[in-house]
Amino acid sequence: MLRLECLRSIYSELEDCLVVTIMGAVAAELHSLGHRPNFFYLQHAMGLASSTGLGLALCLPERKVIVFDGDGSLLMNLGSLSTMARYCPKNLLHIVFDNESLLSVGGFPTATCTGTDLEGVARAAGIPRAITVRDLGSFNAAVKDATQSRELTTIVAKVEATGPAGYITDLSLLENRFQFRRHIQSLRQA
Amino acid sequence: MPVTNPFMPVSVQNSRLIFESLKECGIRLVSALPETWLVHLIRMADDDPEVILVRLAKEEEGVGISAGAHFAGVKSAMLMQNHGFLAAINGIVSFAHLYKIPLLMLISYRGSFGERDPWQTQGGNVTEPLLRALGIPYFFLDSADTVKKRIRQAQTLAESSLQPVAILLMRDLMWEE
Repeated sequence: MLRLECLRSIYSELEDCLVVTIMGAVAAELHSLGHRPNFFYLQHAMGLASSTGLGLALCLPERKVIVFDGDGSLLMNLGSLSTMARYCPKNLLHIVFDNESLLSVGGFPTATCTGTDLEGVARAAGIPRAITVRDLGSFNAAVKDATQSRELTTIVAKVEATGPAGYITDLSLLENRFQFRRHIQSLRQA
Repeated sequence: MPVTNPFMPVSVQNSRLIFESLKECGIRLVSALPETWLVHLIRMADDDPEVILVRLAKEEEGVGISAGAHFAGVKSAMLMQNHGFLAAINGIVSFAHLYKIPLLMLISYRGSFGERDPWQTQGGNVTEPLLRALGIPYFFLDSADTVKKRIRQAQTLAESSLQPVAILLMRDLMWEE
């Protein structure tokens, strides 16, 4: 399964959500499908995309928040799973693209390559719904189930360790950040 | 010894003053990791229905949570020990500084003059040099007289400059003995 296929298959459903991604291939591929003002790409600070999503979800309980995480990033902040589970926002969906490698720095294998099971870690941390998917049909079904259940969900999507040729987009970090906040403010005023 | 005494002489009165000052600034989300000097402040945040308290596993998470709150238009504060500040530095640099995110960090300054716990002392030595190296504006909170004004000033600067600022909570303010 390709990460880009997963992103493309749910792209139209992202329109009404607040989306936070990690750096590297995830950010570049989502951006390549078409940037929207409700997308924030955290281009560094590995591990903190899920924390950012949690902060958004707790402050805006009426808005659906989706985090696109990765195995390398989540492994740097496994405690985030326990913090998310502790507050359990119903409006947060946590999708982890697990390619078993640190792709953007040369593809070095992560611990999920040697047996660490992020679905199991999420469940043991107390995330009420956690699932691993390996094909596009299952991925779409899992996203649909998570949306309908209105329960905090971690979906671990096993994807191939391939990505775009480059990661830099024409959207500057600060432009993205200010646009994202302004977009949220406009939603609050609407 | 204070470290084993269940009735640790942390100032309830000054903790209340700090908490009320944060609320007067409009702070509605507080992230925290427990530390002796912060026990009352954390309990006050937990008891207040107007404030969202997020108990963290590690202080660096608080940078992401405060960024999310900022995007949502909610003012936040971070309660941590100086060793927690050390643990949060990558997040401060590669998120708060990189993306110009305001952070109001209240840092208990352990390991300084009067410290009895040997394990706190090394962190005490490096706290201010690191704040200076990172270019983070900071000042000391050591007297009840200035708490309200200085917290308001720190919050104002964080919001206007869109950067992290640090308030160092000192022994004379937090510890009664």
